[in-house]
Amino acid sequence: MIKIQSLVHQYPNVPALRFPDWEIKDREQWLLLGSSGSGKSTLLNIIAGLLKPKGGNVIVDGTSVYDLSLKAMDQFRGQKIGIIFQRPHFIKSLNIYDNIAVASSFAGLPVDGKRILMLLDNLGLAGKAKSYAEELSQGQLQRASIARALINRPSVLIADEPTSSLDDENAENVISLLTTQAASSDASLIVATHDKRVRNRLSKEYLL
Amino acid sequence: MNILKLSTKNLSRNKLTTFLNIILVAFGVGILSILFLASTQIGNKLESNSKDIDLVVGAKGSPLQLILSSIYHIDFPTGNIPAKDAQELMQNPMVKRAVPLALGDNYQGYRIVGTDSTFTGLYGLKLNQGKFWSKDLDATIGSAVAQESKLKVGDKFFGAHGLSDASDEHKQHAYLVTGILAPQGNVTDNLILTNIGSVYKMHEPNHAESEAHHANEEKEINNREITSLLIQYRSPMSVVIFPRMVNQSTNMQAASPAMESARLFSLIGVGIETLKWFAILIMAISALSVFISLFNSMKEKKYDLAIMRCLGASKVKIFLLVMLEGLLITVTGAIIGLVIGHVALSLIGHFQESSQARLTGIYFVMEELYLIGAGLAIGVIAAIIPAIQTYRVDIANTLSKDK
Repeated sequence: MIKIQSLVHQYPNVPALRFPDWEIKDREQWLLLGSSGSGKSTLLNIIAGLLKPKGGNVIVDGTSVYDLSLKAMDQFRGQKIGIIFQRPHFIKSLNIYDNIAVASSFAGLPVDGKRILMLLDNLGLAGKAKSYAEELSQGQLQRASIARALINRPSVLIADEPTSSLDDENAENVISLLTTQAASSDASLIVATHDKRVRNRLSKEYLL
Repeated sequence: MNILKLSTKNLSRNKLTTFLNIILVAFGVGILSILFLASTQIGNKLESNSKDIDLVVGAKGSPLQLILSSIYHIDFPTGNIPAKDAQELMQNPMVKRAVPLALGDNYQGYRIVGTDSTFTGLYGLKLNQGKFWSKDLDATIGSAVAQESKLKVGDKFFGAHGLSDASDEHKQHAYLVTGILAPQGNVTDNLILTNIGSVYKMHEPNHAESEAHHANEEKEINNREITSLLIQYRSPMSVVIFPRMVNQSTNMQAASPAMESARLFSLIGVGIETLKWFAILIMAISALSVFISLFNSMKEKKYDLAIMRCLGASKVKIFLLVMLEGLLITVTGAIIGLVIGHVALSLIGHFQESSQARLTGIYFVMEELYLIGAGLAIGVIAAIIPAIQTYRVDIANTLSKDK
C-alpha cells in the first residue's frame, strides 16, 4: 500500500508543487494524469525515493521512505519499487539477461536466472537474453524494461510515460503487458501519462 | 554480478581506448622496471666483483679502464707493467695480499686470466669438478664458461689472441681443462684461469719453448711483464698512503675500485636519470589519458549510472565502480609493464656481447612492488574526479533530461 500525505516539492524560482493526498491499495492500478509540467514525473520520482520532497510524507509498504538512510533507501527502492521510464535505458556493456540480473544484485538479492528467462519469455523476448540493447527495437526494449522492473517482485510498479515514444501497436502491447504482469506479480501499478491511447485502460485515475 | 565484473564489462566495451591506456601505463612501468632491474644488477655485480679488492695497480692510463679490465674484465687493459716492479709492491708491508694478473687471450670471448693461487683465495673459489691449474697450460674454467662452451675436464682448447676476437688462435699450444669452478655469482664464472707462465708461453713461443719450467710462481713473473695487480691492504690506514706512493714514485698507476665504480655510476647515472624521468613522464601522460577516458566515458555513461542508482545501487557502489575501472587499467598496465621489463631484460642479456656483465630477467627487486603501488596511485588519481562526479549525480535530474 502507498500513502502520500501533505506532499510539497519546490524547484528553484517556481511556485511550489502541492500534491493532493493519495492512497493506493495493494494490487490497485492507477493512471496518473495531468498536463505537461503538472508534476507527474516529480511525484513518481518522490514516490520512488529519487527526489526528496520539501515537505510531507510518502509511505510504501508501511515504510516512511524519507525516514530511511540513503543506503537503506537505495536498497528499499531496488527491492520494493520497479521503475519503467519513457525511454527504456539499459547498461550498454551488458546484455539483456545481465541488465535484468544486475537489478537483483544491486538490490542485494540473489540472481534468479530461471525467473529472468521466464519473464523474458512471458514478454515475448525469448531468445533475446544474450542480445545487447542496440540490437533490439524500442518496443522490445520497453518490454525488457518491464521484465527488469518485475524481477525483484516489487510491491509497486511505476511507469513514467511508458507508451509515448511507441507506435500504436507497441503502445497497446506495452500497456496490456504492464497491467497483466503487475496483476500476476501482485504489484500495485501507477502509470503516469498524457497519452490519450492509454486513457480508460486502468480502473482508477489520479489527476494533477 | 559484482562491481568487478561490471567494471571489466564496461572497460571491454571500449576495447581500443582501454588497450591504449593499458599499453601507455605498461610502457612507463616497463622502462622503470628495466632501469631498476639493470641498475640493481649492475650495482650488485660491481660490488660482488670488487668486494675484497682495495686497489688495482697497472700501467698508467685511464684508472676506470684499469678497473674495468682487471676487476670486471670488460674493457681493454691500459698496458703492461714490469713484473719486477709489481713484485716489489707485493712485498710492501702495507700489502696483505697481492694477486698478479696477465691478460691478453680469450677462448670464444671468455678471457683467459694468467694468475697464481692467491686469486683463488681472493675470490674464495671452489671447485665443482677436477682440480685447480698446477702447471703451464692447465686451465680451470668458470661455471658459465663450462656451461656455454661445453668444455669438460680433460678437454683441450686453443686460446686466441685478444680479449674477444677468436680469429687469431695460438695453435702451437693447447690448454687442458683440469677443473671446473662451482658457480660463484661473480665475474669468475666467466673466466678461464691458468698460471702466468701459460700466458707467457702463448706470446713468446720460441723463447718459452727453450726455457725450463719455473716451478716457483714468484720467479715465474720476474723479468717479464704482467697486466696488473689486485691488492688487499693490511690496514685501512694504507688507503691514503699506498696509492699516492704508487702514483708518485713508480711508473705505474693505482686505481681504487670504490672510487672508480662510483665515478662509473655517476657517468651512467645521467643516462639512467634521464630515462627515469622519461618513464615518469610517460606514466604521468598515462594518468592523464586514463583520466580523460574515464571523464569522457562518464558523460557517455551518466544514464547507465543513473539507472544503476534507480535499480538500488548505492552512491558508494557507483563511486567504487568508477574507481575500479581506473584501477583495473593502471594495475593491469603495471603488471604487464613488469612482465615487459623482465622479458626485455632477458632479451638484452641474451644478446649482450659481454658475458661478464650479462643481465638477466629472472631477477626481482623491491622497487617493483613500488611500481605496482605507483600503478594503484595513478589509478586513484585518474579516477577520483570522475568517481566524485558520479557520486554527486542527481538521478532524477539526469533521467528527466533523457526524455
